[in-house]
Amino acid sequence: MITVKSLTKFFVAGVAAVLLLAATPALAADVAVKIGNFSFGPQELKVKAGTTVTWTNEDDIPHTVVSPNNFRSKALDTDATYAFTFTTPGTYKYFCSLHPHMTGTIVVEATTGSITPP
Amino acid sequence: MTERDDGLSRRKVLECMTWAGTGVLWTVAGGVPTSLGIIDEAVAAKQKGFTFLQISDSHIGFDKPANPNAKGTLEEAIARVQALSVRPSFMIHTGDISHLSKPSEFDDAERIISQARLDVHYVPGEHDLIDEEQGKLYRERYGRGTKGAGWYSFDADGMHFIGLVNVVELKAGGLGNLGNEQLEWLEDDVKGRASSQPIVVFAHIPLWTVYPDWGWGTQDAARALGYLKKFGSVTVLNGHIHQVMQKVEGSVTFHTARSTAFPQPSPGTAPSPGPMKVPEDKLRSMLGIASVTFVQNEQRLAIIDTPLQG
Repeated sequence: MITVKSLTKFFVAGVAAVLLLAATPALAADVAVKIGNFSFGPQELKVKAGTTVTWTNEDDIPHTVVSPNNFRSKALDTDATYAFTFTTPGTYKYFCSLHPHMTGTIVVEATTGSITPP
Repeated sequence: MTERDDGLSRRKVLECMTWAGTGVLWTVAGGVPTSLGIIDEAVAAKQKGFTFLQISDSHIGFDKPANPNAKGTLEEAIARVQALSVRPSFMIHTGDISHLSKPSEFDDAERIISQARLDVHYVPGEHDLIDEEQGKLYRERYGRGTKGAGWYSFDADGMHFIGLVNVVELKAGGLGNLGNEQLEWLEDDVKGRASSQPIVVFAHIPLWTVYPDWGWGTQDAARALGYLKKFGSVTVLNGHIHQVMQKVEGSVTFHTARSTAFPQPSPGTAPSPGPMKVPEDKLRSMLGIASVTFVQNEQRLAIIDTPLQG
């Protein structure tokens, strides 16, 4: 399983960029995604790098939040949450590994003033 | 079509009769499995020969409004099994034994189901593989003698039973999944068997496409069924959708069993396939109702509409 730690290693460049930006006042507001009726809402979300996205399962059935090679939650029972902080710009497609017809996308944009990776 | 119809009448292929929300009792006459319908000793007493039982989707640990007492309804199901005057040879459980793969849930399920005093052949549902190590607990408890994620086969009374796992390594946007390794095993497992041997395949998610918008199907099932083409009698038993549906295609009969825990809506009749809350006094009868027609590519999908009680 990929842990946040190993991910951090993976995205050293992105982390460095964020650290540089730490001195600037640009703040990334944290964002919530609801899991309800076997769907992610909003299904597509644009956030700034550094944003923490928190998923909350509002269904009576457990779900997961999985983006292969990027992040993987454990099974979330009703009202359980999972949070992931996006440090590296890019498009992150994810799905529920129990109900794979449930899909979503997080688009992470570079914070103003940072260098956008190729 | 003509060939199929002829084939059907010649073989007197399985007909769905009446059904119980607690389990489905099967008997084998002339090599073709036939459901005995409601677990009712009056019905069962008339039957002779080989019988086995299917239960599904116990969801032990589920305590939400759709059924706050999933343990209790499983106990009721098992009490009915105990009351049978004709003892089935064994039971199959088509998955979602537990709701959250917790040891205590597996313990409770085992304690209740063992009261039937029958051998039970399990396949996992997706709810049985969500412990931290993604199925370790299931494999420790139920995986002895199985291959891969838990697939296996065995013979009983001249029939060949194949338990498949289609709830692992699911792909984004996809359906249930058997995977190449399991399919190769299946091809090898049935190779060399006489085409006259009746085959029973059981797996959690339906092996035919019931409703793709809700993920109710298995993306590589066609390959599995291809390996079974030569057999004159193939019965496919599934769970997962918490309602009875049936489809006959050539020599293959597909069937889904009810849950013992809670009903789910008919395809497309609700915003999602989540547990369907019904008035408490209706729960047991609603567990027994399936009334759906889903037409896909002009294939006939026979769906059973049978009240459980009354």
